[in-house]
Amino acid sequence: MTAKAPPHPPLYPRDWSRQPPALTPGYRTTRARSPRRRLIRLPDTPGALTGPLFSPEDIGVDDWDLLTNFAAPGQSAIGPRMIVHGRVLDENARPVPGTLIECWQANAGGRYRHKADTYLAAIDPNFGGCGRTLTDQDGRYQFRTVRPGPYPWPNGPNTWRPAHIHFSVFGHSFAQRLITQCYFEGDPFIPLCAIVGAIPDPGAAEALTALLDLDATIPHDTVAYRFDIILRGRRATCFENRPEGT
Amino acid sequence: MEPQTKAMPETASQTAGPYVHIGLAPTAAGFGIYDTEIGKDIAGPMAGGERIRVEGVVRDGNGEPVRDVLIEVWQPNADGKFAHTDKVEQGFRGWGRVISDFDTGEWGFATIRPGAVGQGAPHLCLWVVARGINIGLHTRVYFDDLVEANATDPVLNMIDPPAHRQTLIARRTEQGSQPVYRFDIRLQGDSETVFFDI
Ligand SMILES: [Fe+3]
Repeated sequence: MTAKAPPHPPLYPRDWSRQPPALTPGYRTTRARSPRRRLIRLPDTPGALTGPLFSPEDIGVDDWDLLTNFAAPGQSAIGPRMIVHGRVLDENARPVPGTLIECWQANAGGRYRHKADTYLAAIDPNFGGCGRTLTDQDGRYQFRTVRPGPYPWPNGPNTWRPAHIHFSVFGHSFAQRLITQCYFEGDPFIPLCAIVGAIPDPGAAEALTALLDLDATIPHDTVAYRFDIILRGRRATCFENRPEGT
Repeated sequence: MEPQTKAMPETASQTAGPYVHIGLAPTAAGFGIYDTEIGKDIAGPMAGGERIRVEGVVRDGNGEPVRDVLIEVWQPNADGKFAHTDKVEQGFRGWGRVISDFDTGEWGFATIRPGAVGQGAPHLCLWVVARGINIGLHTRVYFDDLVEANATDPVLNMIDPPAHRQTLIARRTEQGSQPVYRFDIRLQGDSETVFFDI
Protein backbone atom coordinates (compact mmCIF):
# COMPACT_ATOMS: atom_id res chain seq x y z
CA MET A 1 0.00 0.00 0.00
CA THR A 2 1.64 3.25 -1.06
CA ALA A 3 -1.16 5.63 -0.18
CA LYS A 4 -0.61 7.54 3.03
CA ALA A 5 -2.99 7.24 5.94
CA PRO A 6 -5.36 10.19 6.20
CA PRO A 7 -4.05 12.52 8.95
CA HIS A 8 -7.24 12.32 10.96
CA PRO A 9 -9.14 9.10 10.27
CA PRO A 10 -12.89 9.49 10.47
CA LEU A 11 -14.95 8.39 13.47
CA TYR A 12 -17.91 6.08 13.54
CA PRO A 13 -21.09 8.14 13.41
CA ARG A 14 -22.55 8.64 16.87
CA ASP A 15 -25.08 5.95 17.84
CA TRP A 16 -27.93 8.20 18.98
CA SER A 17 -29.97 5.23 20.22
CA ARG A 18 -27.51 4.99 23.12
CA GLN A 19 -27.64 8.70 23.97
CA PRO A 20 -30.29 10.69 25.83
CA PRO A 21 -32.44 12.80 23.50
CA ALA A 22 -32.40 16.56 24.09
CA LEU A 23 -35.97 16.65 25.41
CA THR A 24 -36.70 14.31 28.31
CA PRO A 25 -39.70 15.90 30.06
CA GLY A 26 -39.21 13.83 33.22
CA TYR A 27 -36.03 15.87 33.73
CA ARG A 28 -37.81 19.20 33.90
CA THR A 29 -35.01 21.57 32.98
CA THR A 30 -34.72 19.95 29.54
CA ARG A 31 -38.15 21.29 28.61
CA ALA A 32 -36.90 24.84 28.00
CA ARG A 33 -33.29 23.97 27.22
CA SER A 34 -33.69 21.32 24.52
CA PRO A 35 -33.23 22.20 20.87
CA ARG A 36 -36.25 21.00 18.90
CA ARG A 37 -34.81 20.91 15.42
CA ARG A 38 -32.88 17.98 14.09
CA LEU A 39 -29.13 18.12 14.42
CA ILE A 40 -27.45 18.58 11.06
CA ARG A 41 -25.07 15.72 10.39
CA LEU A 42 -21.78 17.07 9.07
CA PRO A 43 -19.35 15.25 6.83
CA ASP A 44 -15.97 14.59 8.46
CA THR A 45 -14.18 17.90 9.02
CA PRO A 46 -10.72 18.68 10.43
CA GLY A 47 -12.36 20.73 13.18
CA ALA A 48 -14.25 17.68 14.42
CA LEU A 49 -11.49 15.11 14.00
CA THR A 50 -8.80 17.16 15.70
CA GLY A 51 -9.02 18.34 19.28
CA PRO A 52 -7.00 19.80 22.12
CA LEU A 53 -4.16 17.66 23.47
CA PHE A 54 -2.91 17.87 27.03
CA SER A 55 0.35 16.99 28.73
CA PRO A 56 1.51 16.45 32.32
CA GLU A 57 2.63 20.12 32.43
CA ASP A 58 -0.99 21.20 32.16
CA ILE A 59 -1.94 19.71 35.52
CA GLY A 60 -0.49 19.19 38.98
CA VAL A 61 0.88 15.84 40.14
CA ASP A 62 -1.54 15.70 43.08
CA ASP A 63 -4.65 16.87 41.25
CA TRP A 64 -5.97 13.29 41.00
CA ASP A 65 -6.25 12.86 44.78
CA LEU A 66 -9.44 14.51 46.03
CA LEU A 67 -8.77 13.23 49.54
CA THR A 68 -5.87 15.64 49.90
CA ASN A 69 -5.82 18.11 46.98
CA PHE A 70 -7.79 20.70 48.92
CA ALA A 71 -7.00 19.55 52.45
CA ALA A 72 -4.84 21.38 54.95
CA PRO A 73 -1.43 19.75 55.41
CA GLY A 74 -1.86 16.45 57.26
CA GLN A 75 -5.65 16.59 56.93
CA SER A 76 -8.00 14.55 54.77
CA ALA A 77 -11.52 14.88 53.44
CA ILE A 78 -14.24 13.31 55.62
CA GLY A 79 -16.13 10.29 54.38
CA PRO A 80 -15.71 6.72 53.12
CA ARG A 81 -12.33 6.53 51.40
CA MET A 82 -12.76 5.38 47.83
CA ILE A 83 -10.74 4.76 44.68
CA VAL A 84 -12.52 5.15 41.35
CA HIS A 85 -10.49 3.78 38.51
CA GLY A 86 -10.86 2.30 35.06
CA ARG A 87 -9.86 2.69 31.47
CA VAL A 88 -10.75 5.02 28.66
CA LEU A 89 -11.23 2.95 25.51
CA ASP A 90 -12.61 3.67 22.09
CA GLU A 91 -15.39 1.80 20.33
CA ASN A 92 -12.76 -0.52 18.85
CA ALA A 93 -11.80 -1.47 22.44
CA ARG A 94 -8.43 0.21 22.00
CA PRO A 95 -6.99 2.28 24.85
CA VAL A 96 -7.10 6.06 24.60
CA PRO A 97 -3.79 7.14 26.17
CA GLY A 98 -2.82 10.58 27.41
CA THR A 99 -6.32 11.99 27.50
CA LEU A 100 -7.48 14.46 30.12
CA ILE A 101 -10.18 13.40 32.57
CA GLU A 102 -11.67 15.94 34.94
CA CYS A 103 -14.12 14.99 37.69
CA TRP A 104 -16.28 16.80 40.23
CA GLN A 105 -18.61 15.68 42.97
CA ALA A 106 -20.47 16.50 46.16
CA ASN A 107 -18.83 15.75 49.50
CA ALA A 108 -19.80 12.77 51.66
CA GLY A 109 -22.82 14.69 52.97
CA GLY A 110 -24.11 15.50 49.48
CA ARG A 111 -22.99 19.16 49.42
CA TYR A 112 -20.99 20.78 46.62
CA ARG A 113 -18.41 23.45 47.28
CA HIS A 114 -20.29 25.87 45.02
CA LYS A 115 -21.91 29.16 45.81
CA ALA A 116 -25.16 28.01 44.20
CA ASP A 117 -25.45 24.91 46.44
CA THR A 118 -27.41 25.75 49.57
CA TYR A 119 -28.18 22.22 50.79
CA LEU A 120 -28.20 21.84 54.59
CA ALA A 121 -25.35 19.33 54.69
CA ALA A 122 -22.10 20.77 55.97
CA ILE A 123 -19.23 21.93 53.81
CA ASP A 124 -16.12 19.87 54.49
CA PRO A 125 -13.26 22.36 54.90
CA ASN A 126 -10.80 19.76 53.60
CA PHE A 127 -12.69 18.78 50.46
CA GLY A 128 -12.73 20.73 47.22
CA GLY A 129 -14.61 18.16 45.16
CA CYS A 130 -12.71 18.19 41.90
CA GLY A 131 -9.78 16.36 40.38
CA ARG A 132 -8.06 15.76 37.06
CA THR A 133 -5.62 13.32 35.55
CA LEU A 134 -4.27 11.99 32.26
CA THR A 135 -4.77 8.40 31.17
CA ASP A 136 -1.62 6.28 30.92
CA GLN A 137 -0.41 4.31 27.89
CA ASP A 138 -3.08 1.65 28.50
CA GLY A 139 -5.84 4.23 28.88
CA ARG A 140 -5.93 3.74 32.66
CA TYR A 141 -6.87 6.44 35.16
CA GLN A 142 -7.42 6.60 38.90
CA PHE A 143 -8.92 9.07 41.35
CA ARG A 144 -8.84 8.80 45.13
CA THR A 145 -11.71 10.51 46.88
CA VAL A 146 -14.54 10.08 49.36
CA ARG A 147 -17.79 8.49 48.36
CA PRO A 148 -20.18 11.34 47.49
CA GLY A 149 -23.52 11.52 49.28
CA PRO A 150 -26.90 11.58 47.52
CA TYR A 151 -28.53 15.00 47.53
CA PRO A 152 -31.99 16.47 46.97
CA TRP A 153 -32.72 18.40 43.79
CA PRO A 154 -35.74 20.43 42.72
CA ASN A 155 -37.04 18.23 39.90
CA GLY A 156 -40.13 17.15 41.86
CA PRO A 157 -41.60 17.33 45.36
CA ASN A 158 -39.15 14.73 46.72
CA THR A 159 -36.39 13.96 44.27
CA TRP A 160 -32.85 12.83 45.11
CA ARG A 161 -29.81 12.33 42.97
CA PRO A 162 -28.07 8.99 43.43
CA ALA A 163 -24.49 9.27 44.63
CA HIS A 164 -22.47 10.21 41.56
CA ILE A 165 -19.26 11.66 40.22
CA HIS A 166 -19.30 13.87 37.12
CA PHE A 167 -16.68 12.97 34.50
CA SER A 168 -15.43 15.09 31.59
CA VAL A 169 -13.28 13.39 28.93
CA PHE A 170 -11.62 14.74 25.79
CA GLY A 171 -10.28 11.88 23.70
CA HIS A 172 -8.21 13.12 20.77
CA SER A 173 -11.00 14.66 18.66
CA PHE A 174 -13.43 17.44 19.45
CA ALA A 175 -16.14 15.05 18.22
CA GLN A 176 -15.23 12.63 21.03
CA ARG A 177 -15.81 15.24 23.75
CA LEU A 178 -17.99 13.75 26.47
CA ILE A 179 -19.43 14.62 29.86
CA THR A 180 -21.13 11.90 31.83
CA GLN A 181 -21.82 10.75 35.38
CA CYS A 182 -20.72 7.64 37.22
CA TYR A 183 -23.07 5.95 39.71
CA PHE A 184 -22.36 3.21 42.24
CA GLU A 185 -23.60 -0.35 42.30
CA GLY A 186 -26.53 -0.99 44.61
CA ASP A 187 -27.70 2.62 45.04
CA PRO A 188 -31.53 2.55 45.36
CA PHE A 189 -31.81 6.09 43.95
CA ILE A 190 -30.46 5.09 40.52
CA PRO A 191 -33.73 3.71 39.10
CA LEU A 192 -35.66 6.68 40.55
CA CYS A 193 -33.49 9.36 38.97
CA ALA A 194 -34.83 11.34 35.99
CA ILE A 195 -31.33 12.20 34.78
CA VAL A 196 -30.34 8.52 34.59
CA GLY A 197 -33.79 7.90 33.11
CA ALA A 198 -33.09 10.37 30.29
CA ILE A 199 -31.09 7.55 28.67
CA PRO A 200 -33.65 5.43 26.83
CA ASP A 201 -31.50 2.33 26.40
CA PRO A 202 -31.36 0.32 29.65
CA GLY A 203 -27.96 -1.13 28.81
CA ALA A 204 -26.50 2.29 28.07
CA ALA A 205 -27.80 3.58 31.42
CA GLU A 206 -26.52 0.54 33.28
CA ALA A 207 -23.03 1.05 31.84
CA LEU A 208 -22.81 4.24 33.96
CA THR A 209 -22.84 2.19 37.17
CA ALA A 210 -19.40 1.60 38.66
CA LEU A 211 -18.94 -1.86 40.14
CA LEU A 212 -17.24 -2.72 43.40
CA ASP A 213 -13.72 -3.88 42.54
CA LEU A 214 -12.55 -5.92 45.50
CA ASP A 215 -9.22 -6.72 43.84
CA ALA A 216 -8.33 -3.04 43.62
CA THR A 217 -9.44 -2.34 47.18
CA ILE A 218 -6.63 -1.53 49.60
CA PRO A 219 -7.25 -3.71 52.69
CA HIS A 220 -7.94 -1.75 55.89
CA ASP A 221 -7.69 1.46 53.88
CA THR A 222 -9.79 2.25 50.79
CA VAL A 223 -12.59 0.58 48.81
CA ALA A 224 -12.41 0.61 45.02
CA TYR A 225 -14.94 0.95 42.23
CA ARG A 226 -14.32 0.42 38.54
CA PHE A 227 -15.71 2.72 35.84
CA ASP A 228 -14.68 2.37 32.19
CA ILE A 229 -15.42 5.11 29.68
CA ILE A 230 -15.89 4.39 25.97
CA LEU A 231 -15.32 7.18 23.45
CA ARG A 232 -16.25 7.17 19.78
CA GLY A 233 -13.81 5.09 17.73
CA ARG A 234 -12.01 5.71 14.51
CA ARG A 235 -13.35 3.83 11.52
CA ALA A 236 -10.87 1.32 10.20
CA THR A 237 -9.58 2.03 6.73
CA CYS A 238 -7.45 -0.05 4.40
CA PHE A 239 -4.62 2.42 5.05
CA GLU A 240 -4.57 2.22 8.76
CA ASN A 241 -4.84 -0.60 11.25
CA ARG A 242 -2.58 0.53 14.05
CA PRO A 243 -3.96 0.94 17.53
CA GLU A 244 -5.17 4.35 18.66
CA GLY A 245 -2.25 6.42 19.86
CA THR A 246 0.61 4.55 18.19
CA MET B 1 -10.13 -4.01 4.75
CA GLU B 2 -11.04 -4.37 8.40
CA PRO B 3 -14.65 -4.96 9.34
CA GLN B 4 -16.54 -1.77 10.15
CA THR B 5 -18.14 -3.09 13.31
CA LYS B 6 -17.69 -1.65 16.76
CA ALA B 7 -16.38 -3.74 19.61
CA MET B 8 -18.18 -1.65 22.23
CA PRO B 9 -20.66 1.25 22.31
CA GLU B 10 -19.91 4.83 23.29
CA THR B 11 -20.61 5.78 26.91
CA ALA B 12 -23.88 7.67 27.33
CA SER B 13 -23.72 11.40 27.98
CA GLN B 14 -25.23 12.97 31.09
CA THR B 15 -25.89 16.63 31.81
CA ALA B 16 -23.01 18.69 33.17
CA GLY B 17 -25.45 19.87 35.85
CA PRO B 18 -25.53 23.15 37.77
CA TYR B 19 -22.14 22.64 39.43
CA VAL B 20 -20.04 22.08 36.29
CA HIS B 21 -17.89 25.04 37.36
CA ILE B 22 -16.42 23.06 40.25
CA GLY B 23 -14.94 20.56 37.88
CA LEU B 24 -14.10 22.64 34.84
CA ALA B 25 -13.76 26.23 36.10
CA PRO B 26 -13.22 26.03 39.88
CA THR B 27 -12.04 29.62 40.26
CA ALA B 28 -15.46 30.73 39.06
CA ALA B 29 -17.10 28.35 41.51
CA GLY B 30 -15.49 30.41 44.21
CA PHE B 31 -12.30 28.56 45.12
CA GLY B 32 -8.82 28.28 43.76
CA ILE B 33 -7.61 24.72 43.95
CA TYR B 34 -5.27 24.16 41.01
CA ASP B 35 -2.02 25.96 40.32
CA THR B 36 -3.14 26.38 36.72
CA GLU B 37 -6.66 26.52 35.40
CA ILE B 38 -6.73 25.30 31.82
CA GLY B 39 -8.67 26.89 28.99
CA LYS B 40 -8.19 30.53 30.00
CA ASP B 41 -6.07 31.59 27.01
CA ILE B 42 -7.11 30.30 23.61
CA ALA B 43 -4.54 31.90 21.32
CA GLY B 44 -1.59 32.75 23.58
CA PRO B 45 0.59 35.86 23.25
CA MET B 46 2.64 34.72 20.22
CA ALA B 47 -0.19 33.92 17.83
CA GLY B 48 -0.32 35.83 14.56
CA GLY B 49 -3.54 37.19 13.14
CA GLU B 50 -6.17 39.67 14.17
CA ARG B 51 -7.14 39.83 17.83
CA ILE B 52 -10.90 39.61 18.27
CA ARG B 53 -13.46 39.16 21.02
CA VAL B 54 -16.63 37.09 20.86
CA GLU B 55 -19.49 37.73 23.28
CA GLY B 56 -23.01 36.52 23.73
CA VAL B 57 -25.68 35.03 25.87
CA VAL B 58 -27.41 31.66 25.65
CA ARG B 59 -31.21 31.87 25.90
CA ASP B 60 -33.66 29.10 26.68
CA GLY B 61 -37.08 28.54 25.15
CA ASN B 62 -38.62 31.15 27.43
CA GLY B 63 -36.08 33.75 26.39
CA GLU B 64 -34.34 33.55 29.75
CA PRO B 65 -30.55 33.71 29.83
CA VAL B 66 -28.88 30.41 30.71
CA ARG B 67 -26.78 31.58 33.64
CA ASP B 68 -24.94 28.34 34.31
CA VAL B 69 -23.66 27.56 30.83
CA LEU B 70 -20.12 26.43 29.99
CA ILE B 71 -18.84 26.79 26.43
CA GLU B 72 -15.70 25.31 24.91
CA VAL B 73 -14.05 26.75 21.81
CA TRP B 74 -11.94 24.88 19.25
CA GLN B 75 -10.34 26.68 16.34
CA PRO B 76 -7.32 26.78 14.03
CA ASN B 77 -4.76 29.57 14.00
CA ALA B 78 -4.75 32.38 11.46
CA ASP B 79 -3.16 30.03 8.90
CA GLY B 80 -5.92 27.46 9.30
CA LYS B 81 -3.71 25.06 11.31
CA PHE B 82 -4.95 23.18 14.36
CA ALA B 83 -2.78 22.75 17.47
CA HIS B 84 -3.07 19.00 17.10
CA THR B 85 -0.59 17.55 14.61
CA ASP B 86 0.11 20.82 12.77
CA LYS B 87 2.92 23.14 13.79
CA VAL B 88 1.53 26.34 15.28
CA GLU B 89 2.85 29.32 17.22
CA GLN B 90 4.23 28.55 20.66
CA GLY B 91 1.44 28.91 23.21
CA PHE B 92 -1.32 28.70 20.62
CA ARG B 93 -3.82 26.19 21.93
CA GLY B 94 -6.86 26.88 19.82
CA TRP B 95 -8.93 25.59 22.69
CA GLY B 96 -10.49 27.30 25.65
CA ARG B 97 -13.52 27.38 27.86
CA VAL B 98 -15.68 30.13 29.21
CA ILE B 99 -18.61 30.31 31.61
CA SER B 100 -21.40 32.84 31.75
CA ASP B 101 -21.83 35.48 34.40
CA PHE B 102 -24.00 33.93 37.11
CA ASP B 103 -26.28 37.01 37.23
CA THR B 104 -26.62 38.06 33.59
CA GLY B 105 -25.73 34.96 31.56
CA GLU B 106 -23.28 37.02 29.47
CA TRP B 107 -20.08 35.28 28.36
CA GLY B 108 -17.17 36.36 26.23
CA PHE B 109 -13.67 35.36 25.23
CA ALA B 110 -10.67 36.83 23.47
CA THR B 111 -8.88 34.99 20.69
CA ILE B 112 -7.52 35.53 17.19
CA ARG B 113 -9.57 35.38 14.04
CA PRO B 114 -9.31 31.80 12.73
CA GLY B 115 -8.01 31.11 9.24
CA ALA B 116 -9.89 29.16 6.63
CA VAL B 117 -9.50 25.37 6.54
CA GLY B 118 -9.86 23.84 3.09
CA GLN B 119 -12.91 25.18 1.25
CA GLY B 120 -14.67 26.39 4.37
CA ALA B 121 -15.17 29.93 5.57
CA PRO B 122 -13.31 30.89 8.76
CA HIS B 123 -15.26 29.85 11.84
CA LEU B 124 -14.98 28.78 15.46
CA CYS B 125 -16.32 25.44 16.73
CA LEU B 126 -18.31 25.72 19.98
CA TRP B 127 -19.50 23.04 22.37
CA VAL B 128 -22.21 24.05 24.84
CA VAL B 129 -23.07 22.25 28.08
CA ALA B 130 -25.31 23.18 31.01
CA ARG B 131 -27.88 21.88 33.43
CA GLY B 132 -30.83 20.66 31.35
CA ILE B 133 -28.67 19.85 28.32
CA ASN B 134 -28.43 16.07 28.16
CA ILE B 135 -25.64 15.94 25.60
CA GLY B 136 -23.22 18.71 24.65
CA LEU B 137 -24.33 20.85 21.69
CA HIS B 138 -21.95 21.52 18.80
CA THR B 139 -22.34 24.70 16.82
CA ARG B 140 -20.21 27.12 14.76
CA VAL B 141 -19.48 30.83 14.81
CA TYR B 142 -19.02 32.51 11.41
CA PHE B 143 -18.26 36.21 10.94
CA ASP B 144 -20.64 38.63 9.25
CA ASP B 145 -17.86 40.65 7.63
CA LEU B 146 -16.69 37.65 5.56
CA VAL B 147 -19.67 37.76 3.23
CA GLU B 148 -18.06 36.12 0.22
CA ALA B 149 -16.43 33.30 2.15
CA ASN B 150 -19.66 32.58 3.99
CA ALA B 151 -21.59 32.46 0.73
CA THR B 152 -19.49 29.54 -0.51
CA ASP B 153 -19.07 27.68 2.78
CA PRO B 154 -20.19 24.07 2.23
CA VAL B 155 -21.56 23.64 5.74
CA LEU B 156 -23.56 26.87 5.76
CA ASN B 157 -24.91 25.91 2.37
CA MET B 158 -26.14 22.56 3.71
CA ILE B 159 -28.49 24.34 6.09
CA ASP B 160 -32.04 24.47 4.90
CA PRO B 161 -34.03 26.70 5.04
CA PRO B 162 -31.33 29.29 4.34
CA ALA B 163 -32.77 31.65 6.97
CA HIS B 164 -31.44 29.30 9.67
CA ARG B 165 -27.87 30.00 8.48
CA GLN B 166 -28.17 33.43 10.05
CA THR B 167 -28.15 31.85 13.51
CA LEU B 168 -24.47 30.97 12.98
CA ILE B 169 -23.31 34.43 11.88
CA ALA B 170 -21.74 36.60 14.57
CA ARG B 171 -22.38 40.35 14.16
CA ARG B 172 -19.45 42.71 14.31
CA THR B 173 -19.64 45.64 16.70
CA GLU B 174 -16.83 48.11 17.28
CA GLN B 175 -15.88 48.66 20.89
CA GLY B 176 -12.72 50.70 20.94
CA SER B 177 -10.05 49.49 18.55
CA GLN B 178 -10.79 45.77 18.78
CA PRO B 179 -13.44 44.01 16.73
CA VAL B 180 -16.07 42.44 18.96
CA TYR B 181 -18.51 39.91 17.58
CA ARG B 182 -21.90 39.28 19.11
CA PHE B 183 -23.06 35.67 19.01
CA ASP B 184 -26.24 34.88 20.91
CA ILE B 185 -27.31 31.25 21.09
CA ARG B 186 -30.98 30.27 21.27
CA LEU B 187 -31.71 26.77 22.48
CA GLN B 188 -35.35 26.81 21.31
CA GLY B 189 -37.90 28.82 19.39
CA ASP B 190 -38.23 30.36 15.93
CA SER B 191 -34.65 31.54 15.95
CA GLU B 192 -33.22 28.32 17.40
CA THR B 193 -29.49 28.09 16.70
CA VAL B 194 -28.37 25.39 14.28
CA PHE B 195 -26.64 22.53 16.09
CA PHE B 196 -24.60 19.81 14.46
CA ASP B 197 -24.00 16.09 14.73
CA ILE B 198 -20.26 16.12 14.05
FE1 LIG C 1 -24.13 16.37 40.63
